[in-house]
Parts: sequence; C-alpha cells; structure tokens
Amino acid sequence: MSGDIEARIKEIICEQLDVKPEDVSEGKSFTEDLGADSLAIVELVLALEEQFDVKIPDDEVDKIKTVGDAVSYIKVRKGN
Amino acid sequence: MARRRIAITGMGLVTPLGVGTDTTWERVRAGTSGIGPITRFDASEFTTTIAGEVRDFDPTQWIPKRNLRQMDRFIHLAIAAADMAVKQAGVDVDKPDPERYGCYIGAGMGGLGVIEATYRTLVEKGPRHGISPYFTPSVIINLAPGQISILHNCQGPNMSMVSACSTAAHSIGEAARVIERGDADIMIAGGSESTVTPLGIGGFCSARALSQRNDEPTKACRPFTASRDGFVLSEGAAILVLEGYERAQARGATIVAELVGYAANADAHHITSPAPGGAGAARCMALALRDAGLSPEQIGYINAHATSTDADANETAAIRAVFGAHAYKLAVSSTKSMHGHLLGAAGGLEAAICALSLRDGILPPTINLDDPDPACDLDYVPHEARRASYEYAMSNSFGFGGTNAALILRKVQ
Repeated sequence: MSGDIEARIKEIICEQLDVKPEDVSEGKSFTEDLGADSLAIVELVLALEEQFDVKIPDDEVDKIKTVGDAVSYIKVRKGN
Repeated sequence: MARRRIAITGMGLVTPLGVGTDTTWERVRAGTSGIGPITRFDASEFTTTIAGEVRDFDPTQWIPKRNLRQMDRFIHLAIAAADMAVKQAGVDVDKPDPERYGCYIGAGMGGLGVIEATYRTLVEKGPRHGISPYFTPSVIINLAPGQISILHNCQGPNMSMVSACSTAAHSIGEAARVIERGDADIMIAGGSESTVTPLGIGGFCSARALSQRNDEPTKACRPFTASRDGFVLSEGAAILVLEGYERAQARGATIVAELVGYAANADAHHITSPAPGGAGAARCMALALRDAGLSPEQIGYINAHATSTDADANETAAIRAVFGAHAYKLAVSSTKSMHGHLLGAAGGLEAAICALSLRDGILPPTINLDDPDPACDLDYVPHEARRASYEYAMSNSFGFGGTNAALILRKVQ
C-alpha cells in the first residue's frame, strides 16, 4: 500500500512539473532540482490534497522541500 | 532637436489567416477569408456561431509544456508573435544593453477563457481547489509583455495599453514615443486577443454587434456594403519591433517601413457608437497628419477601421472631411473583410499590413464588397488586391469608449 502512495505521488510530481520519472528521486528538491517556483509548489500541494483527500496547512507546506518530504508527509497523514 | 525617426524592423503575426507573417500577408493579397464556424466551444445556442479562430497553432513550439497552463491563450499567441518579430528584427537576448529594450503589448479584454474556466471550477470544487495559483498571472493583461520581457530579457519600459479595438495601435504609437524621448532604443509593441469564448462572443451577441451570417462565414464580414450586419470576432496577436531608424541602419537591419505619425484622441460622445459624422475619428486622422508633417494629399492608402457595422459610413464621412477631393483619389480598404476583428490586436495587424503594402507596392483588397452602401462611396479596392507604388499609408483604429488612434507609415526610400 505505501509503495502505491509513493508511486502515485511521483506520478503527480511528473505531471505537475513536467519532469521525467527517472528525475523524481527521494532527495530531489522541487525548487533546486525540478524547476518549480513557489506557485508550482502550491499547485503541486493542491494536487496532492485532492488525490489523497488530506488538507495540508500552509505552515506545513513550507517544510515540504523535496520529493522525500512529500512522500513521508503523505504517508504519515495516511497512517502508513 | 529633431525627433528620432522610428523604423519597423520586425513583425510577428498570428492570425485567422495563418500562423506567421508571410502566410497572413499571402492570404491578404489573395483576398482569402479566415472566418469559419466556431470550434473553440459549442456556440450552437448563440445568435452568432462564426468567428476568426487561429488554426494550427501549437503553443509548445514557443512555450515549454509545463508553462502553458500558467497563461491564457492570449499570452501564448503574444509570445509566438513577439518571437517571430524579434527573430525577423535580428535582435537577441544576449544584448549588452537589455535596459534599452522595452515592451508595450496590450489586449482589449485579457484572459477571458481562463477566467470562465476557473469560475466553473470554483463553483464545482470551491475556493481551495477550484482556483489555480497561476490564475491571476494567467489572465491579467500586462503578463503578455511581462512574459515576453522575461523570454527576451527586455528590462526597459514594460506595460499594457487597454483601449478596446485601438489597443495595439495605441501600443505601437506610445512605444514610438518611448523611443522618441530616449527612454529606450528598441520596443516590442502590439496587441493580442483571444476571446472566442462564451462570454466573449456572448457579450457582443447581446449588444447585437456581431454578424449573424452564420451560413456564409467567409461572406459575413462585408465592410461598406448595404448588407453588412455586424462585425466578426477574431483572435490573434500582432507584434512589431520598433527601433531608432539610424540605429537600425547602423546595425544593418532590414527596415520594413518607417513609422512617421501617430495620434490618439477621444470622441467623448457615447460608450459604443461613434460621434456623428465620425467627428472624433476625423480629428484623430488630422492630428496624425500634423504629427507626421504631411498634407492629406500625400497619403496613398488608408487601412480603415471599418468593421462591417453602421460605423463604416461614419469613418467614410470622416475620411471625406479630412481628405476632401483627395478622399476619392486615395485607396481605402478594410482588411477585416478577410481576417475579421482581432479587437486588441487589430491595430497591430493592420499596421503590419500597411507596412507590407508599402514594401511590396500592393494595395490589399476589401473582399465581399458586392453591394456597396451608397453612403460608402470611396475606392475600397473591391475584391482583389492591386499594384500601386505610393509613399504613405494610414491605419485607423477606433474602440469602444470612443477612443481613437491613427498611425502613419512611410515606404522605405
């Protein structure tokens, strides 16, 4: 199940940021490595909220800087 | 001190007649209509179901796929047209003096398509998930010159004129003033519009402003005829590169035409109808002649604003008032008969057509002029283009709100 979450998150990142799956590894920073600006991150967070039916408060968004941050945040919220 | 002369060194056209300046000009010379049934949305319940849409436009040729949804289509069209203009002018982003490059590009209405789509998702999903963080930069008008300044590293004056159907003409005229007063050396200037949307079409339908000749789209825009029944809404972008004439010559640029006169004024009469006898338009044309230091007899061709509405007769009366007997000697045409009305981009397209007309010695036609209105009695170059070498062309643009613009271009000597 948690593997599914991770795969789905990476898919959403690829879709939203128009990057290749092989570039979306745990340590990659959205702004430094994947070309996202602050608005792109907001858009990505909203997509994750919709997909996983969670609400990510604005002060939590600031902590999600890498692909790994997003995966672990969603996993915790989904109780995995 | 003499005023700095202004050269046009680049032109980018994305129109219902084609994606590109050459295609558009070729079809204007051939007298081809770019009007057809609306395909961008289901218009079946609207009184008008035809428009001039830009076909075969692939924005990913100019904009990375990931950035497309950060911009309304009017910005996509503007970016493409600006890129064409900049390439033709031969100026590039590796410039040593980016602060001398400015960008004045306007639109009449802005990102209507994205506004409408976002309102639907807002109602459906609520404010948190229904509105993209890119909504505002996607729809506001000055993001057209904003995006273009980023792509082409133009750090000089950057803003948008908003004057309905006079927008692009005002943008070009005001951009020339920027160069004349020395605030920049090169200006990317013009307009863009993409309002073939339910609200864009519907607003003009409700005002009874659009042609309802839905069964004959290519004959719908018929300026100066007795059977004209409204304008045809079109989309597109038309952007020029203006620069100091001497500078353009010094760097060996190919100058398409010279911009020698510009005027802007207002009717101060009515929100949508022109002043009686086209008085405001006449004053604007006279002001542009004065600005260029020309007598009326020196103008060989006028690209009329004429949209295929009652106002065509007012513009004709205004031309008679300004040009007297010469009104019957010069050529006048409405190229909207072919490309329709691009609103905020119209004046840019028509100024570009004047430049090409001067360059090639070809007068573009007014097509569909089958049954001239007796009140419209000038030489409108009916049906087919004509050869004619002449020195000065005028382009008129008049907009809702009673706002007027006139530009005068000169053939390169």
